[in-house]
Amino acid sequence: MTAVAFSAGAANPPAAGGPDPDSALNILLWIVVPYVAITVFVVGHYWRYRYDKFGWTTRSSQLYERPLLRLGSPLFHFGILLVALGHVGGLLVPASWTDAVGISEGAYHAVAFGLGTVAGLAAVAGAAILVYRRRTVGPVFSATTRNDKAMYALLVATMLLGLGTTVLGNLTGHPHDYRETVSPWLRSVLMLQPDTELILAAPIGFRLHVLAAWALFAFWPFTRLVHVFSAPLGYLTRPYVVYRSRDEQLGTRPPRRGWERPRRPRQQVGR
Amino acid sequence: MRVMAQLAMVMNLDKCIGCHTCSVTCKQTWTNRSGVEYAWFNNVETRPGQGYPRRYEDQERWRGGWVLNRRGRLVPRGGGRLHRLSTIFSNPRMPAIEDYYEPWTYDYETLTNAPLQEHTPVARPKSLISGEDVKISWSANWDDDLGGAPEHGAADVLRRGLEDRVRFEFEQTFMFYLPRICEHCLNPSCAAACPSGAIYKRSEDGIVLVDQDRCRGWRMCVSGCPYKKVYFNHRTGKAEKCTFCFPRVEVGLPTVCSETCVGRLRYLGLLLYDADAVLAAASTPEERDLYEAQRRVFLDPNDPAVAAAAERSGIPHDWVQAARRSPAYALINTFKVALPLHPEYRTMPMVWYIPPLSPVVDALRDTGHDAEGRANLFAAIEALRIPVEYLARLFTAGDPAPVDAVLRRLAAMRSYMRDLNLGRDADESIPAAVGMTGEEIYDLYRLLALAKYDERYVIPAAHAEQAQALEELATGCSLDYDGGPGMGGSGPFGESSGGPEPVAVENFRMLRDRQRADTLTAATGRRGRVNLLNWDGRGRPDGLFPPSAHDTAAPGGAPSRTDTPGRTDIPGPDHTENGRAT
Ligand code: HEM
Ligand code: SF4
Ligand code: SF4
Repeated sequence: MTAVAFSAGAANPPAAGGPDPDSALNILLWIVVPYVAITVFVVGHYWRYRYDKFGWTTRSSQLYERPLLRLGSPLFHFGILLVALGHVGGLLVPASWTDAVGISEGAYHAVAFGLGTVAGLAAVAGAAILVYRRRTVGPVFSATTRNDKAMYALLVATMLLGLGTTVLGNLTGHPHDYRETVSPWLRSVLMLQPDTELILAAPIGFRLHVLAAWALFAFWPFTRLVHVFSAPLGYLTRPYVVYRSRDEQLGTRPPRRGWERPRRPRQQVGR
Repeated sequence: MRVMAQLAMVMNLDKCIGCHTCSVTCKQTWTNRSGVEYAWFNNVETRPGQGYPRRYEDQERWRGGWVLNRRGRLVPRGGGRLHRLSTIFSNPRMPAIEDYYEPWTYDYETLTNAPLQEHTPVARPKSLISGEDVKISWSANWDDDLGGAPEHGAADVLRRGLEDRVRFEFEQTFMFYLPRICEHCLNPSCAAACPSGAIYKRSEDGIVLVDQDRCRGWRMCVSGCPYKKVYFNHRTGKAEKCTFCFPRVEVGLPTVCSETCVGRLRYLGLLLYDADAVLAAASTPEERDLYEAQRRVFLDPNDPAVAAAAERSGIPHDWVQAARRSPAYALINTFKVALPLHPEYRTMPMVWYIPPLSPVVDALRDTGHDAEGRANLFAAIEALRIPVEYLARLFTAGDPAPVDAVLRRLAAMRSYMRDLNLGRDADESIPAAVGMTGEEIYDLYRLLALAKYDERYVIPAAHAEQAQALEELATGCSLDYDGGPGMGGSGPFGESSGGPEPVAVENFRMLRDRQRADTLTAATGRRGRVNLLNWDGRGRPDGLFPPSAHDTAAPGGAPSRTDTPGRTDIPGPDHTENGRAT
C-alpha cells in the first residue's frame, strides 16, 4: 500500500513551499489512518454481525422519555441522512461530471452550501437535543453507556467540524473548493492510489473534519450506530406476516464440519 | 384448502379467582430479568377496569390491529409500510413507561445497615428504571378487585356509553377477572408492523415469536399489537413477548400459566384451520360478523376430507388425532361456548374465553331468587343485562346475541345438572331450550367441571423429524440470563452484546447433571439464572434466595456447582453463590 503511495506521490512533485507529503506524520495521517479506519470499519461490521447479532439494535430509549425524542430524533435523523447523501454527491462524484451535465460551479456550490447548511444545522440541532436529553433525563442518562458517550463525542465533533468549516469558509467570501482537494484525495484513497498532496492543500478545518470522521468510522462497528446498516428497506416489499419453519439447519448454529446430517430429498410439502 | 395447525388456549372465566398465580409463575419463568421488569406476558385484569397497560383498548390512540380501508382491503390501523418507516425515528404510537408503570424495588438494605437512630429506618421505594426514589402511584394491578374504581373506573375504554349500566357504586358493581396472554393471532399485526421481519408465526404450531437475533429495536411491534402484548426490553433494546412456553409445549407439557392455574380453567389444544381463508375472514366487512367468520376458518378434524388435506399439507397423523381430541375445538366449535377477545381488531386471536355467568348469578342471588332455577336464570340474563353488553364489547365486537346464547347454554347446564345432582329427573326441556341434547349438556359439564389434566391439555409433542425446524428457532426471551452476555453490559460493546446460549443446551446440561447425580440437586441455571422452566420441585435452585452472610464471607472464588452435585440447601463455606459478592 505504502509503496503505491510513494510512487503516486513521486509522480506529482510537491508544490514549492508546501508541507512535505512524504513526511512520516503525513503518511501516518493521510495514508495509514484512512486504510486502518476503512479496514476496521469493514471487518468490524462483519465480525460484529457474525458474533453479536443479539447486540445489533438501536437500543431505543423511547420507553423512558417521549417529548424530547419526538423533537430531536427526526430532526437529527432526517438532517444526517441528507448530509450523508450530500457527502456521497460531493465526495464521490468528480467535478468534471457535474460540469459535463452543464451544472456550473457557482450553481453547484450555491445548492450544496444551501442544502448542506440547512441539513447540517438540523442534524446538529437534533443532536444537541438528543445529547441534552441523554444528560438531563434521569432514566435515559442511567441507560447511557460509556460506549454511547464516546460515540456521541466523536459524532458531534465530526459534525461540528464539518459544519463549522463550511459556514466559516463561506463567511470569508472565498470558500475553499473541496472538490479540488478533499474529494479527489478521498477517491484516490478508495482507488488505492492515495495522493497525500491533495489533502494537504485543504485548509486545516477540512483536515480536522476528515480525521474526526476516520476516528468515527473506526469506532462505528462497535457502537449502536450499526443500526444504520439494518435500515429496514426490505419492509417495503415483503408480505406483512412472516411464516417460518423447517430451517435446513439444526439448532441455532450450523453443524460443525463433518457433522452435517444426511441429505434427504426435499419433502413434497405444499408450504 | 391449505391446512395449518394452531395451538390455541381457552379460558373459562367463571372459574378465575384472580389470584395472579399464572402471572407470577410466568414472570418467574420468563421475565424476572432486568429490562423487562414491567413486562407481564401473562397478566390478570379486573373488568370493568383499565387493563394493562392503561387503556390499551383505546385503538383511536394506539392504533393497533387492522382496519378495512375505503376499498375494503385489510391494512394495519397504524398505517402502511411507508407511513411506518416515516415515523420510525420516533414512534408516535408507543406507550411510555407511565402507561405501564415504573417498576420499583425497596431499599431493604437500610433496614439492616442503618445506624442506631431515634426513628425506625424505612425501606424506601426505588425506581428500577432510574434508581431514584419514586412515589408509587400506579402499577400493573392498581385497580385490582375494582380498587379505586370510583376514581379510575371511568377510564375503562369499554364503558363509554354504558355508564348507567356499568356502575361503580358499591351496591351496583359487578366484576370478573380477565387473564390475558399473547393471542398468537392467525393474522398477527405485531408481525406486520415489524420492519425487520423479526416476528414470525411458526408454521408448525402457529406460535408467534420474536427472533432475538433479527430484532433491531425499531419498536414498531409494540404499537402494532392491539392487545399490547409485545414488550420492549429497555436494557437489551429488543422486543419480547409471550412464547406460549414453546420449549414446554414442544415436548407435550402445558404452558407454565396453564400448569399452575389455581382455578384449572385453562384448556390447551390444537385447531386445524384453512390458511387460505384467513385473509378473507379477517376482511369481513361487518365487525359483528367477525366472530362467526373466524369460527368458520377452523376445520372439523373429524371430517375425512380435512384429515386428508392435513396429511397433504404435511401435518403428522398424530397431530390430526390430537386435533380431534382438542378441548379448544370442542369449546369453540362443538359447544360454541368460547368467544374470541376483541375480534374487531381483525388479528384473528387464538386465545378464546368462556364468558362468566357468575356476575349474573350473583346479581340474581342478591335479589333473593333461586339463582340456579332455569326460568330465573334465563330471565336474569335477559332482564338484568348487567354484563351482557359489556361482555359483548369484549368478545363479539358489541353484538349481544352470541354472548347471550353462550350464557344461556351455561345457565342451562347449571340448571340441568342441578336436577341430576339433587337426584331429580332430568328436565329435557332445558337443553332443548338452548338447542342442545341432554347428552351434549353432560359432555359440556364434564369438560368444564371434571376434565383432568390430560383432557384439558391435549398437546401433541413436536416430532423428532421436525426437531431441526422447531428447536430454538433462534428465539427465546429467556436466552439472556442475568450476568450472561445478554445482560447488563457484560459484553465488550456495552449492554446486550454477545451471543445467548440456547435454552435447549442449558436445559440439556442441567437435566444431565441432575440425572447423573446420586442425591438431590437443585435446578441451577448457568451464571445465576434461576431456571424454573425445568425445575421439578427437587432441591433448591441456586439464586432463588439471596446468599446468606455466611456465603459472602467466603473468598470470591470460581463458582463450584456442577462438581458438587450432592449439594442440597445448606451452603457450605466453600460456596460463593454464583461467584458474586453480594
Ligand atoms: C438509515 C436509517 C436510520 C434509521 C431507520 C434509524 C433509526 C433509529 C432509531 C429507531 C433510533 C432509536 C430512537 C429511540 O427510540 O430512542 C435511532 C437512534 C439513533 N440513531 Fe439512527 N437511524 C438511522 C440512521 C442513523 C444515522 C445515519 C446516524 C448517524 C450517523 C444515526 C444515529 C443515531 C443515534 C446517535 C441514535 C441515538 C439517539 C439517542 O437515543 O440518543 N442513525 N435511530
Ligand atoms: S396478541 Fe400476540 S400475536 Fe396477536 S398481534 Fe399481539 S403480540 Fe402479535
Ligand atoms: S392462576 Fe388461574 S385462577 Fe389464578 S388468576 Fe391466573 S387464570 Fe385466574
